[in-house]
Amino acid sequence: MSRLGERFETLAADGRKALNTYIVAGDPSPEVTVPAMHALVRGGADLIELGVPFSDPEAEGPTIQAGIERALAHDVTLADVLDMMSAFRSDDRDTPVVLMGYLNPFLRMGYEAFCKRAAHAGVDGIIVVNLPAEEAGTFRGALHRRHMDLVLLVAPTTTAERAAYIAAQGSGFLYYVSYKGVTGARRADARAVAKRLTEVRAAARGLPVLVGFGIKDGASAAGIAPHADGVVVGSALVETMGCTAAASIPDRLQAQVREIRDALN
Amino acid sequence: MPSSNRIPYEAPTEEGRFGDYGGRFVAETLIHALDELTRLYVSVSQDPGFQAALAQELKDYVGRPTPLYRADRLTEHAGGARIYLKREDLNHTGAHKINNTVGQAMLASRMGKTRLIAETGAGQHGVATATVAARLGLECQVYMGSEDIARQSINVYRMKLLGAEVVPVNAGSRTLKDAMNEAMRDWVTNVDNTHYIIGSVAGPHPYPMLVRDFQAVIGQEARDQCLAAEGRLPDLLVACVGGGSNAMGLFYPFVDDDGVDIVGVEAGGEGLATGRHAAPLNAGTPGVLHGSHTYLMDDSSGQIVETHSVSAGLDYPGVGPEHAYWKDLGRARYTSVDDDEALAAFRVLNQTEGIMPALESSHAVAWTLREAARRPPEDIILVNLSGRGDKDIHTVAGIDGIEV
Repeated sequence: MSRLGERFETLAADGRKALNTYIVAGDPSPEVTVPAMHALVRGGADLIELGVPFSDPEAEGPTIQAGIERALAHDVTLADVLDMMSAFRSDDRDTPVVLMGYLNPFLRMGYEAFCKRAAHAGVDGIIVVNLPAEEAGTFRGALHRRHMDLVLLVAPTTTAERAAYIAAQGSGFLYYVSYKGVTGARRADARAVAKRLTEVRAAARGLPVLVGFGIKDGASAAGIAPHADGVVVGSALVETMGCTAAASIPDRLQAQVREIRDALN
Repeated sequence: MPSSNRIPYEAPTEEGRFGDYGGRFVAETLIHALDELTRLYVSVSQDPGFQAALAQELKDYVGRPTPLYRADRLTEHAGGARIYLKREDLNHTGAHKINNTVGQAMLASRMGKTRLIAETGAGQHGVATATVAARLGLECQVYMGSEDIARQSINVYRMKLLGAEVVPVNAGSRTLKDAMNEAMRDWVTNVDNTHYIIGSVAGPHPYPMLVRDFQAVIGQEARDQCLAAEGRLPDLLVACVGGGSNAMGLFYPFVDDDGVDIVGVEAGGEGLATGRHAAPLNAGTPGVLHGSHTYLMDDSSGQIVETHSVSAGLDYPGVGPEHAYWKDLGRARYTSVDDDEALAAFRVLNQTEGIMPALESSHAVAWTLREAARRPPEDIILVNLSGRGDKDIHTVAGIDGIEV
């Protein structure tokens, strides 16, 4: 079983909701990333989503765009992200890490080459924002051969029939996007999410469902979590990365994640 | 050349594939809207009522058919093959872009959308979108890179006069690709009431197909006009290629005419060797950007690189997936012309024919001048003059050191 599978089993056994935390690799500079990842774990993150910088992040709001630009100012590449991953794994063998990005850097490295290096670096899965289920077959095959998951997304506009199709294609967990829009644009509407999640969880057939987009703090996380298997926090953490002196980032992140973790418990 | 013993060209597949290219690489939120658009488009493309209404609109509002003009003095200047110009510059709003926006606005109305958005580089597509929005009483926002806003101020003001809001995009290279990113972000957010009019044969399925089909009127007319004028088809078609909509519009109706050679001209910028250009088919690699798999300009780690062209409308790192397919098939050849050569052709056409081409179209004219000289006078070259150059007067004057 993959680290993701093990983690969700443990969470389920403990009756806890998953807290998945997103930061951009290389933001605000490459040496901050690995200490920041460890800080997320100390704060109580169950999973880490590590953003792979891309020049044209068409689904991101201004906050994450800015984080990506800070990383790209240091020319952070997918290969660099895998190096950061290896460094993180040398001290943390347990926390599942999923890379999140846009297809072109993965395509440029080549699916096989990427999967080989990623598996070696201890990556557990990937989320590719602009790779819908229909287009994902080849990449998924390469990932599965290396025992990594392809996490797919379901949106508010996804029909129930399609959600079932997506859930069948994906693995690791299912990522439910809480609203129509870009990351960090507004707060998730707990009532709307709750209404939709009944259907999505039925379609997921046991695959854990995590909700992302618009979850900024303990209060919003606690509002959504009862309806899902967990939540994803992104823009709020990237905002912290952008406005904090590099030396203080790990402590600030740890405290921020702790606040959300406590609200979830 | 008989083409009866081969299978007629047919693309894309139901999944929007042109060979390995095309497809639908977008956020999940947009899939439903793309499905809806595809279903509607497939139904109206077989609906005689819709087609008749579109034809009427193209005639009465756009001013079609546009002339196929035999450019004798240009031919004489080049000294070889006979050159014909397909005068898309004579369309309402001054470019081929309106052929597509008229069609897509009709689709938007059928879907009950009350708001149109668009990306624009040179501003021609933005103007064409703002124009149809005004005509139909729809709200309109046009995304435009701040770099392009600076170099296309006339079109920016035109869009405002038409009642559209021009939204400056300050991300990335502040040009067309960034405007397209921002338009996608808007669409993801407002997909319920908004139709995104993509201006080229780019983007996710069904856009490359439907924009091609709406622009194919160019080639259909040109084919008939050439047969009427010369009693035969042209030997060569030439058009500039940024995203590639004017080119595909001209080329597509000739795809099964094996005797007709096809050449697309990309923006060579400061020269392919400098890396400062916008010629992905000449110097790029296949990848995924803005919803489709196609040739694009990226670095070895997959980041999209900044492009350069004197012409804002060609300043784009990707290209329509069907062009990528035709390149690999060998059905078309793709070449490039640099800024200086395009500017020279801009002046030549002004002075030999009294026609001021857009800087985009000047790339096609420039390559034609080269090629015509190599061909005998019996050969016919048909060039798509995709737009007029009024919008570029500031750019050209600036190069001449003149303030206008």
